[in-house]
Amino acid sequence: MILSLSHFLIVAAMLFTIGVAGIILNRKNIIVVLMSVELILLSVNINLVSFSSFFGDLTGQVFSLFILTVAAAEAAIGLAILVAYYRNRGSIAVEDINLMKG
Amino acid sequence: MIAALFFYLFSAVLIASAFLVITSRNPVHSVLFLILAFFNAAGLFLLLGAEFLAMLLVVVYVGAVAVLFLFVVMMLDVDFAEFKQGFMRYLPVGGAIGAIVLLELVLVVGGWRVDAASLANVASPAPPAMSNTLALGRVLYTQYAYLFIAAGMVLLTAMIGAIILTLHHKVGIKRQDVAAQNARTPKDAVELRKKSFRQGV
Repeated sequence: MILSLSHFLIVAAMLFTIGVAGIILNRKNIIVVLMSVELILLSVNINLVSFSSFFGDLTGQVFSLFILTVAAAEAAIGLAILVAYYRNRGSIAVEDINLMKG
Repeated sequence: MIAALFFYLFSAVLIASAFLVITSRNPVHSVLFLILAFFNAAGLFLLLGAEFLAMLLVVVYVGAVAVLFLFVVMMLDVDFAEFKQGFMRYLPVGGAIGAIVLLELVLVVGGWRVDAASLANVASPAPPAMSNTLALGRVLYTQYAYLFIAAGMVLLTAMIGAIILTLHHKVGIKRQDVAAQNARTPKDAVELRKKSFRQGV
């Protein structure tokens, strides 16, 4: 039994699907939505690293490093916005976030 | 053979814990399962030969991002049970979209072939007999040096933004003002007065 590229791609596809379904299912809970975004970014990273490993090209791993950077920045900013919003309104319910609606 | 065994172990735990992230009732459990998912993804990276990214995943994601999530979940005093109300309502549409996306992705992966000629001109080929970290560093600090600096700028912006968003000054608190303290001279701080003997101040 030898591992092929498709094995890793299918695992990444399943992880991506779980992330997309998590965003739809937990749309009231913004913390779980942010965690689902992290899962999606992780699946993208698995894709890039497996292509990079099987084709012998290091560019995929470099790109994965940059995705890691952006994901960390995104999580930090998202959670900071969440904390600031909770301090102002006392709740993080997504359906109450409609102040900017015209 | 042993690699295949570990592949199936890591991917099964990865998929199961990712599933539990989106279905568990308590967000603290979600964060803990997210940490488990990151560890198993790091195991998959090790199987692929990307040791540096595996360690980076453990350090950055588990050590920083997941702990930040845990911190925020525990800091916010929110009744998370009421957020689960819409779960069953969105289950049909969420399950349908998930099934369609998975079907499409499996079709793409199944009907996809690599042209062997295209493998001849990779952008930065992995040098043989060199550890993954060394090879990655040689590519990252030469070919992608400007992008590396740009990634540092992204992190700096995120750091400043997070500090500005969460820092708030409370009114009515006496704070230390170092500049005002240093600008104070004996002339305006000490006052000498002539007082007559045996009389109070």
